[in-house]
Amino acid sequence: MTVTLTGPLPSEQDAEGTYDVTVVGAGVVGTAIARELARHRLRTALVDASDDIGNGTSKANTAILHTGFDAVPGSLEARLVREGRDLLADYAAETGIPVERVGALLVAWDEDQLAALPGLRDKAERNGYHAARIIGADELRSAEPHLGPGALGALEIPDESVICPWTTPLAFATQAVRAGVHLHLNCRVQDIASDAEAHTLTTSRGPLRTRHLVNAAGLYADEIDRLLGHDVFTVTPRRGQLIVFDKLARGLVGHILLPVPGPAGKGVLVAPTVFGNVLLGPTAEELDDKTATGSTADGLDLLREKGHRVVPALLDEEVTAVYAGLRAATGQEDYRIQEYPELRYVAVGGIRSTGLTASMAIGRHVMGLLAATGLDLTEPRPLPPVTMPNLGEAYPRPYRDADLIAGDPAYGTLVCHCEQVTLGEIRDALSSTVPPHSLDGLRRRTRARGGRCQGFYCGAAVRALFEEARP
Amino acid sequence: MTGHARDVDVLIVGAGPAGLAAGAELAAAGAGRVEILEREQEAGGVPRHCCHGGFGGRLERAAHAWASATASAYAQGGTSGPVYARRSVAAALDAGAELRTGVTVTGWAGPRTVETTGPAGVERIAARAVVLATGARERPRSARLIPGTRPAGVYTTGELQQAVHLYGQRIGTRAVVVGDEPVGHAAVATLRAAGVHVVALVTDQPPRPVRLRSPHTPLLTAATVTGLTGRTRLSGVALRHDDGRTTTLRCDTVVLTGDFVPDHELARRGGILLDPGTRGPAYDAAFRTSRPGVFAAGNVLHAVERAEFAAQEGRAVAVPVLHRLAGTDEPAGGGRPVVVDAPLRWIAPNVTGPDGARPQGDRFVLRTMRRLSRPLLVVSQDGRELHRQRLLSAAVPGRPFHLAADWTDHVDPHGTAVRIRAQ
Repeated sequence: MTVTLTGPLPSEQDAEGTYDVTVVGAGVVGTAIARELARHRLRTALVDASDDIGNGTSKANTAILHTGFDAVPGSLEARLVREGRDLLADYAAETGIPVERVGALLVAWDEDQLAALPGLRDKAERNGYHAARIIGADELRSAEPHLGPGALGALEIPDESVICPWTTPLAFATQAVRAGVHLHLNCRVQDIASDAEAHTLTTSRGPLRTRHLVNAAGLYADEIDRLLGHDVFTVTPRRGQLIVFDKLARGLVGHILLPVPGPAGKGVLVAPTVFGNVLLGPTAEELDDKTATGSTADGLDLLREKGHRVVPALLDEEVTAVYAGLRAATGQEDYRIQEYPELRYVAVGGIRSTGLTASMAIGRHVMGLLAATGLDLTEPRPLPPVTMPNLGEAYPRPYRDADLIAGDPAYGTLVCHCEQVTLGEIRDALSSTVPPHSLDGLRRRTRARGGRCQGFYCGAAVRALFEEARP
Repeated sequence: MTGHARDVDVLIVGAGPAGLAAGAELAAAGAGRVEILEREQEAGGVPRHCCHGGFGGRLERAAHAWASATASAYAQGGTSGPVYARRSVAAALDAGAELRTGVTVTGWAGPRTVETTGPAGVERIAARAVVLATGARERPRSARLIPGTRPAGVYTTGELQQAVHLYGQRIGTRAVVVGDEPVGHAAVATLRAAGVHVVALVTDQPPRPVRLRSPHTPLLTAATVTGLTGRTRLSGVALRHDDGRTTTLRCDTVVLTGDFVPDHELARRGGILLDPGTRGPAYDAAFRTSRPGVFAAGNVLHAVERAEFAAQEGRAVAVPVLHRLAGTDEPAGGGRPVVVDAPLRWIAPNVTGPDGARPQGDRFVLRTMRRLSRPLLVVSQDGRELHRQRLLSAAVPGRPFHLAADWTDHVDPHGTAVRIRAQ
């Protein structure tokens, strides 16, 4: 198993010296593609500029497993979301990624919004989703008793679900690495030179040669594309700020509560998380800085104002976390996935908020496109099975498992009290196939330090464990 | 979950100053099997990592009148936090209380039955009386809604003190401390001990004539933190002064101090009523919560008071708990809520006793949101004035002040809430 963080890239020293395929970008899409490639007898590399997988857009989103009911009918996104949803739901069940089918309600707050619901239901039908139904104010009120005053009705989407955004790419990456894919982190692609045989990527860790190339670089997909001489699209970061409320707020919200979409986009939602919190957000701000992942006073004020209307009592609850993510908008209401056979190259751009849901379908779709660029995929083989640590509140967690604790008392030793994370889980994460290289990486694998006290109690203890394992 | 089930007479959740004092007092009084559960590996609570003086000893006798505490009184006298913590643990053990550390109460399985997890397994413990002594924590950056990037180098005092005093971790080189309450000055001392240069102490409160001082540390008053900057590591703290000026203090560490909130999760998970002001369990003069047989003591009731105040409450809770065990306790549920109007923040206790019982020390503790110069406190119920009292000194945020309790027997047990306002 190969995961590297520093030093020259292995292909330099290797006799063959060239990867068959390299995937640039180890977000949820890149790891899903790498996992598909891992089924085949290929030399595959997955490279990322940061020190962890899923460290860009994939780590900071609304973590919803979409039905795709509101996609643009007939678009590539609509198809891949629909297919990806089923694939990921099955994969989650198989690997232990937590998913909760909480359902969504598009709440109409005025007559215009109420009048828009039948059209949205028809759109859902055209997207192949047939379970949507319109409910009246009374049924809505009994489904969501903490909803603010004035809600007139809703479109119910019973299959919208929430999923763990962190263990999904981690499962893909773990499985890919165990099947032989090389994962190179801290490996920023700076230049690309292409000849008839291969691409030579100039990276921050030296050159890397690869015959085929997949660009899944998220916010930077346009820049990678330009290194290959294209000028097809530009990624404009669209910032989404979010507020995570304490677990004690979870009882206030049963469904994913969506606004009726208007000209300004999908709007601000209130949703449960699989970790047992409540999420409020995101904002939608067009920026030109691809690193502007900070929150702003205006953004937080706006969220609180919107949230107060939807679930007034939510604002009295303690805030556990505030974060901001950037979506890769490209000015086109669809994914920009394109193969270039002459370059043995596939660009996977413009994967926006639905990317988590569609990731596995994108992976499969890209395999077809790679074959079209001349990649010989040979007969697929089964992937080694993986079981992910459960981070979901609705599933059994180690601190409650008497048998597990009896076998290893470390699972009965709580380190992070707010999130009830045990020493056993932290040790497992630190010695896992794709281990964390930062405290935030550890948090995304265990929830440690991610709770209401944000480290008041456990911060120093968790850091000590981390530093002991990764000096 | 499967596991063992046990019965005890008194179960105390939390082995900080309040829980240990309650355990010592109850065990000494012959309450039977008294068990204290502590989720940390070591008992003692927050004093374990408060490596400054001012704990216990003679000073403590007077410490209750703490509103006039000075920096020197805070930092010196008495003993250090770790010594105080060890002494409190020894006192509880000597009295015959059982103490189990590394055991976390994870929830309720009945009115006075809790579920626990520890290295030895999961367990259910049923008690005849439960005392919640779960303490308080400082609100972290996120809960304070401080915008900006999310770099490393952002601490609360609790995390900072543990990192420095318990783990010997490296902190940074230049720090800004936010908050001018005593805990902010304790953070300055800890940073100094760790060799960190303290750039400034920042408070959003206006300048006032007498205040704690940390020598050699510039104090910036009336300044609000508007954001944090830095990619992986903190690079600065942005401030807005109340005259509209903005500045950014260059630093790699910021410590957010004060703004304590009770650790009320267990109380709330059990459906125990909270007081909207303190955000701790609502409680009366006998430390009774809304659930019969479940008591609370210490900073879970009213973040945050000094260790010795919490310990006094721990000792005081023993009497009503013993009544409970003997079946001689007053019937619960007759008390009226006591509520405050802004700018008062909270009052404790916040439920009157059904029998006009008076709180510990014959007085209520209050906090204010902003400075009040010699306020007149007026107590009323259903428009009827019960009491008025002029304070002899100013009430300032982050410090307790007191209201005499000699009006409680005038409370109408069938009336609405008792209101306290400041004029």
